[in-house]
Amino acid sequence: MQPILKVQALSKTFKIRDRFFLRKKFKVLEDISFCLSKGETIAIIGETGSGKSTLAKILAGAEVSQKGQILLEGKVIEDDGKRKTSCRDIRLIFQDASKSLNPGITIGKTLNEILLMNTHYDAAQRQESIKNNLLKVGLLAEHQDYYPHMFSGGQLQRIALARALILEPKVLVLDEALSSLDPSVRAQTVNLLLKLQQETGLSYVLITHHLSLVKHMSDQTLVLDQGKVIEAGKTQALFIKHKSKITQRLLNC
Amino acid sequence: MAKFNFIASLNGEELNKSPLRQLWRHFKSNHVALVGLWLFIALTILATLAPVLAPYGVNQQHSDALLLPPSWDDAGDVRFILGTDDLGRDVLSRLINGTTYTFGLAILTALITTLLGVILGVFAGMSKGVRSSILNHILDVTLSIPSLLLAIIIIALLGPGLLNTVWAIILALLPQYIHSVRNLVVQELSKDYIVAQWLDGANSWHVLSRGIFPNIYEHIVVIFTMSLSTAILDISALGFLKLGAQPPTAEWGAILAENLGFIYLAPWTVALPGILLFFAVLATNLVGDGLRTALKKRKAI
Repeated sequence: MQPILKVQALSKTFKIRDRFFLRKKFKVLEDISFCLSKGETIAIIGETGSGKSTLAKILAGAEVSQKGQILLEGKVIEDDGKRKTSCRDIRLIFQDASKSLNPGITIGKTLNEILLMNTHYDAAQRQESIKNNLLKVGLLAEHQDYYPHMFSGGQLQRIALARALILEPKVLVLDEALSSLDPSVRAQTVNLLLKLQQETGLSYVLITHHLSLVKHMSDQTLVLDQGKVIEAGKTQALFIKHKSKITQRLLNC
Repeated sequence: MAKFNFIASLNGEELNKSPLRQLWRHFKSNHVALVGLWLFIALTILATLAPVLAPYGVNQQHSDALLLPPSWDDAGDVRFILGTDDLGRDVLSRLINGTTYTFGLAILTALITTLLGVILGVFAGMSKGVRSSILNHILDVTLSIPSLLLAIIIIALLGPGLLNTVWAIILALLPQYIHSVRNLVVQELSKDYIVAQWLDGANSWHVLSRGIFPNIYEHIVVIFTMSLSTAILDISALGFLKLGAQPPTAEWGAILAENLGFIYLAPWTVALPGILLFFAVLATNLVGDGLRTALKKRKAI
């Protein structure tokens, strides 16, 4: 079966300020490659500063890579740092949901804006879609008149999810999206994500520190260290048998 | 939990919680600021309705009543509540009309500055690289000159007069304004929800109007009040220095300067415009300060 998301030899360097006017090159990502099938989850783990978040941003289009390709359903969407189509099939969910929602306008307006910019729905269709998506993530249609500050952390993460899902994406990138939630809410959200995956065949790119989440949700695991993939494979197998010391260290903590 | 919220919303409580309502609630709890707001509103009404409210014409002279003290004085006359000046003009009428010049014109000045400042500030904030750098450094240079001095320099070029004063003050206030707005925009641009908005496929205009603006307009109002108090002081200062409004225009600063010679003989002609000026600036600053604290309080929650 054709993979839904394919990343080939993705690299990125940052230029950071060195002494005076000199710039130093700093490799954030080097030769990242992986495949993700429909309805599967890939977990990306690694220490702080290993380039996980950068990878998430590149996948979602918030940043661009310098080399390598990203293919979505066999079509190249990013080639050597050029994003070809402004594509909304890969959506990013941010670490802190309270910061990723505009505090000045209501949830309904935020969602409405997204539909206005990306679809040709008329007002009634937009309203219908907003309602359905809020219900889908376990909220009520009435919540669209609420401002972000009126929700709890777990509810905000659900809204962030609704925001991502409203354009019916194929891949969802979760950048530490579950870390800030407390255990019970996290469990709820995980169950919601798994349910959505079963129903719609979404694929997830899960970036996290929580090994229990990795075990519970993911099919494959990718271990990053200093921008390089040092180990990859089926999650189950990787947890039992791994070669590198860094993986050992990550799994132990 | 969701259900609980829903019930509350039926009662209309939750609907009151828009950021603007919250701000008003915090502002309302600050009584001093509220007094400032009432004073501000009173001055605005005076400024707009001055010719209707004033008992006499601005330059109407009463030759039978020269330098009459306020009516509560033994020598006062009840026809002229706040007394008259050396030409027999009613001080109350002149002060009421002066509100239009000093306070009203200051509001107009601050409004025009806001319009220009927001446009240029947003442009400066949204642009990147060399363009923004050049704009910034030029602004930094002009910021180092006090606004009144800058206004005097511009007056020296344009020549004295009330309208020229307005232009001079606009130009003098603008750098500070652009700087503040630019900082606000840059601050907003780095936030997660703006990134999320770019990812949703928004263009610059969308990001600006739906993302940045709903979150900074209250801050712009605060900057507006600050520049308003500066504008009031500058207009009256230039009037006092005879660079701005020329006598017989009833601008407070000009009235002050005109009557300075009678300070021992008729102190009310000097003290009253001074007191009014004090109240105008105080009211503006109280409102601005109240808004700023309310914004801070809202952010803390």
